[in-house]
Amino acid sequence: MAERLASWSHAVRAYLLIAGMWVRSTMTYRASFVLMAVGNCLASALDFVAILLMFSHIDALGGFTLPEIALLYGATCTSFGLADLILGNAERVGQRVRDGTFDTLLVRPVPVLAQVAADRFALRRLGRIAQGLAVLGWGVAAADVAWTPLKALFLLVTVVAGAAIFCAVFLAGAAFQFWAADASEVANSFTYGGVTMLQYPPTVFARDLVRGVTFVVPLAFVNWLPVLRLLGRDDPLHLPGWVSLCGPLVAVLLLGLTGLVWRAGLRSYRSTGS
Amino acid sequence: MGKEPATDDKAFIELDGLEKVFQVRRRAGLLRRERREVRAVDGISFRVPRGEIVGYIGPNGAGKSTTIKMLTGILMPSGGRLRVAGIDPTRDRTRLARRIGVVFGQRTTLWWDLPLRDSYGLVRRMYRIPDARYRANMERCVDLLDLGDLLDVPVRQLSLGQRMRGDIAAALLHDPDVLYLDEPTIGLDVVSKAKVRGFLRDLNAERGTTVLLTTHDLTDIEQLCGRVMVIDHGRLVYDGALDGLHKVGESERMLVVDLERELPPIDDVPGTRVDRVEGPRQWLAFPAARSAAPIVAAVAERYPLVDLSVREPDIEQVIARLYADRPGL
Ligand SMILES: Nc1ncnc2c1ncn2[C@@H]1O[C@H](COP(=O)(O)OP(=O)(O)OP(=O)(O)O)[C@@H](O)[C@H]1O
Ligand SMILES: [Mg+2]
Repeated sequence: MAERLASWSHAVRAYLLIAGMWVRSTMTYRASFVLMAVGNCLASALDFVAILLMFSHIDALGGFTLPEIALLYGATCTSFGLADLILGNAERVGQRVRDGTFDTLLVRPVPVLAQVAADRFALRRLGRIAQGLAVLGWGVAAADVAWTPLKALFLLVTVVAGAAIFCAVFLAGAAFQFWAADASEVANSFTYGGVTMLQYPPTVFARDLVRGVTFVVPLAFVNWLPVLRLLGRDDPLHLPGWVSLCGPLVAVLLLGLTGLVWRAGLRSYRSTGS
Repeated sequence: MGKEPATDDKAFIELDGLEKVFQVRRRAGLLRRERREVRAVDGISFRVPRGEIVGYIGPNGAGKSTTIKMLTGILMPSGGRLRVAGIDPTRDRTRLARRIGVVFGQRTTLWWDLPLRDSYGLVRRMYRIPDARYRANMERCVDLLDLGDLLDVPVRQLSLGQRMRGDIAAALLHDPDVLYLDEPTIGLDVVSKAKVRGFLRDLNAERGTTVLLTTHDLTDIEQLCGRVMVIDHGRLVYDGALDGLHKVGESERMLVVDLERELPPIDDVPGTRVDRVEGPRQWLAFPAARSAAPIVAAVAERYPLVDLSVREPDIEQVIARLYADRPGL
């Protein structure tokens, strides 16, 4: 146990080391960094602008008011932004596996995953998180919820667990690329498609699709179920109430599982001929 | 049964029947895919004592790089046993990483977009190199490998030779016990080659670093390696001194003579044969093990010479001859 803890802290240290180095090197061009961050923020804000435009014609979407949607959207967006910041670069591993530069990661004395994840760490992704937090903040203020400390904590846990689940998805996508070095595209449509879908309330979609998302792709734990609970709504599947509390557990399980898949992928790495 | 196996200095690198089989899939017809096995390393055993410089040579596709990748823990062996500094690379890759340095001539281990200086800083912290030692090693590398002007240049802007020197320095900052070099002189000019060789020789003499080196340049081997191993088709076909290789391979050196004018082939110097004639220039082949001096003297005595030079045997030729002698392999 102590050994495992040591190796974890070792990995985190390595991650921070590499990420910090990339941050320093991007900060040398401060103006371009600010532009990129703002651009990133604006680009992801466009999604929400589309929702706003929709609401200029209607009062409710699938029975949800604009502040409620802001809550859903803001929570997902923040979770995703966090995961993207931490692990978003892991998907580049496919490129490295294909061209053989992955070799060089294996001869360094720090965990490969830390190197892969921190590679080209881009602080400009804070833009998306900032935008998500802004929308979430507005949703929190405007939605018809009687906030208590417990509910606030619940929201926080939901966002963090959501980020962890997205991390697991990124990790699975990265691990997958050891077997199919050009699986990058597939993984991409999976995560980004998932994000767009999660930003709309579930009743808009067919019931079966929602069921599939809840059970097959546990991304629904990211925010649907918990936020529905916060809003005091029934979920369309009528799952028992405790299911919406399972987010953190699901996140931990998923991370463990995809961690194993990553390891298996690593073991099957076969380098290139030159 | 201790967890840390004692390192045996006589077998610092130890391979026992090492194998690597790649499954490759090939298109065979429209839809059919054919699975084929490539035995890249096919049962190799050797020991390298601590502090030795060993040349590891063989023709393209012989399995040199594959062997090095297994020795560094990049690839899992398909069979056999393997120990480096008492560590099993597949089981303890990260621990081994602290003890070894690796240079791939074909690709950099540095960060493509970072200046050399930042790459080195990162290496320092990854390997947790103590400050004093880092500074001393840096100074030495910068000095001997001529890196002073390159430190602030992003790696992607370095020329091949500059990058290679940068890579060699990066691999040595943490004072590794073992250094693997996979074609470290590929694409280097004569001056850089000499610099790199001198550097490696000093390193080995002063620090006792064990070096395993692959190359297609025989001069590297001649100037650095007391021992050379030749592999072909994944098998060890020769292991011994370089001279022995010349004998076994019956390799030839070439005396190139420029005469004053066109003359008939020089066929009256014992122990030589005329390989080629082009106008006043003639190529005389003689066994690599023989001294060139008496032959030069004999030619100079009998013919009007303008110029002459001795060409060392081409490593590929040496190897080719070696296989010709061992049809079973
Ligand atoms: N990742 C891989 N997948 C499939 N086959 C491979 C792989 N790596 C190497 N091989 C095959 O294994 C054999 C040995 O390759 P290796 O790279 O070890 O040769 P080498 O001795 O380093 O050659 P060179 O002098 O050209 O560098 C070759 O036939 C090669 O095609
Ligand atoms: Mg090679």
